[in-house]
Amino acid sequence: MAFYRPARHQKLLVVGLLLTLAALPPVLDAWGQPFYIGFATRVLIFALAATSLNLVLGFGGMFSLGHAAFFGAGAYVAAICMDNGLRDALLAFPLAMIVAGLLALVVGAISLRTRGVYFIMITLAFAQMTYYLFVSARVLGGDDGLPLTGRMTLGGLGLNGDGALFYMALGCLALVMFLLGRLADARFGRTIQAIRENETRMEALGYPVFRYRLVCFALGGALAGLAGALLANLTGLASPNLLQWTQSGTLLVMVIIGGVGYLYGGLIGALVLLCLEEALAGFTLHWHIGLGLLLIGIVLFAPRGVAALFGKGDG
Amino acid sequence: MAEALLEVRGLSRRFAAVDALKGVNFSIDSGEVHGLIGPNGAGKTTFIHHVCGALRPDSGSVHFAGRDVTRLAMHERVAAGMARSYQISNVFRGLSALDNVALAVQGRPDAGGSFRFWQPVRSERWLFDEARGYLDQVGLGGRGDALAGNLAHGEQRALELAMALATKPRLLLLDEPMAGTGQEESARMVELIGHLARHVTILLVEHDMDAVFRLAGRISVLVDGRLIATGAPEAVRADPEVRRAYLGDHL
Repeated sequence: MAFYRPARHQKLLVVGLLLTLAALPPVLDAWGQPFYIGFATRVLIFALAATSLNLVLGFGGMFSLGHAAFFGAGAYVAAICMDNGLRDALLAFPLAMIVAGLLALVVGAISLRTRGVYFIMITLAFAQMTYYLFVSARVLGGDDGLPLTGRMTLGGLGLNGDGALFYMALGCLALVMFLLGRLADARFGRTIQAIRENETRMEALGYPVFRYRLVCFALGGALAGLAGALLANLTGLASPNLLQWTQSGTLLVMVIIGGVGYLYGGLIGALVLLCLEEALAGFTLHWHIGLGLLLIGIVLFAPRGVAALFGKGDG
Repeated sequence: MAEALLEVRGLSRRFAAVDALKGVNFSIDSGEVHGLIGPNGAGKTTFIHHVCGALRPDSGSVHFAGRDVTRLAMHERVAAGMARSYQISNVFRGLSALDNVALAVQGRPDAGGSFRFWQPVRSERWLFDEARGYLDQVGLGGRGDALAGNLAHGEQRALELAMALATKPRLLLLDEPMAGTGQEESARMVELIGHLARHVTILLVEHDMDAVFRLAGRISVLVDGRLIATGAPEAVRADPEVRRAYLGDHL
C-alpha cells in the first residue's frame, strides 16, 4: 500500500468543496427540499465515522470489527449528558471523545496483543459485549435506547435548526480531515503506516510498535465517539443498534468502497453508500442487491477503492 | 583483552520435537568481527532471532553490554545498541531509499520519539541529512530518490545495511548479507563490511566461506543447534570435528 502524500492541488480542491458544501443548506431550502439537509448531515457524520475507522484500518493496518462500540459509546455519552442537563456541545462532545477514546484504549490494550483473524474476532467480541451492556442497562433505556430531549447548544448558539447541525457536522469533519492530513504526513503517520507495511522491521528499527498502534487505535475510537455524539443530536436518540456489529460492518464497507488508507476514503465511501441506499431504497425494498453488485464491482474493478481512481498515492 | 560485548549463556530452544538450540555458550568481544557458520538448518538464524529478541529462549540468558537483556523486547534491545539486517531484503518498498533510512534515524532514542502529529516529516531536515550520510557510507549516495522496491537486489542489501547503521548500533547482527548477490556485488559487500568493522562490532552469519574467512577475526561453528568450535579462522579450519560436519563442503 502506498504511503500518504499530500496531493498537489489539495488546498484548492478542499476550499472549493467546503464552499460548495456550505452553500448546500440555503440551496436546498430554496429548492423546497429541506429533508435533504438532514440527509446531508447524516452523510457528513458517517463520513467522520468511516474516516475514524480508516485511520485504524487504512493507516494503522488494524482490521477492527468492533469500531461501532466507540461510535455508539459517543452517542450514549451525548444522551447521558443531555439527561443530566449538560447541553453544551463544547463540553459534551469532548467528553464523548474522551470516553470513547478511553474505551478504545482498554479494548486496544487487550486486543492488540493478538494478530490477524484473532484480532478481528476479539474486537468483535468486545463490541458485542459493549452492545449487550447497553441493551441490558435499564437506566439507559435498554432495547429502546436513550432519547435526547432536543438538541445541544454550541456555546450560546442553538443547534436546533437543521442548517445549524449541518454546519456543526461540517465543521467537525473539516477540522478532523485537516488534522488527520497533518498527522498522516508527520512522524506519527509515517510510523503507523510503516508498521502497517512491516511490523517486524519497525520493531527491529527500535520502534515500540505496540505503543504506536495503541495510540492510533484510541485516536480512531475518540473520533468515532465524536461522530456518535453528532449522530445522537441528529436523530435525537442513542440507540443500541449503533453499537451492533452490523454497524461496524457498514463502516467497514464504506472504507473499502472509498479506499482503504486514502485520507478521503472514508468520506467518499460514506457518500457513495448512503446516496446509493437513498436512491435504491426509493425503487425497491431489495436495495441490498444493488449494494451487493456495487461491492462486487468495486472489488473487481477498483480493488483499492474509489479514491484510488482519482490519483495514485495521494489524497 | 576487550570485555565481552555480547555474552550468551546456555541458550536452549525447542520447537515441537526439534531441539533448535542446545545449550549454546557464545561471546563476542568489543571491536571484533565474529563469523558464525554452519551447515543449512544448523540453527544460525534461530540463534540470531534469540540474540536480537525476536524469539525467547526456553532457558539460558543473553547479556549485552554488561546487562541481562533476556527479557527485553526486540525494540528495547535495538535502543540498547543492537541492530540486525535480514536474510531476505526487508525494506519499505513503497518509500524512497532515503525515506527508508530516515525512518531508521527517526526510530532512534535520541530522535525524540514519533508521537509527533503536526510537523511534516519532510521539514525535519536533519533526519534526511543524517540518512544521506548513511546512504553514502554504503555506496548508495546517488540512489536516495529511487523507490526502494525499484533498487537492484544488491542495492537493497546495501540499503538494509544503511538502515541498520542508522540505529547507531554497537553490535551489528548481519544475517547472510551476501545472500543472493552476484560475485561483483558480494566483493563490494565484503569491502563495505570490512570498512564498517572499524567502527562497530559485527556478528556475521554467512554461507560465503571466502567472505567469512577474509573478514572474521574469530569464527564459531554451529552444527545441529550445538556450538562445536570457536577460535581463529585457521584453528577452526583445521578442527577435525568441523571438517567432519562440513565433509565434502568447501572448507
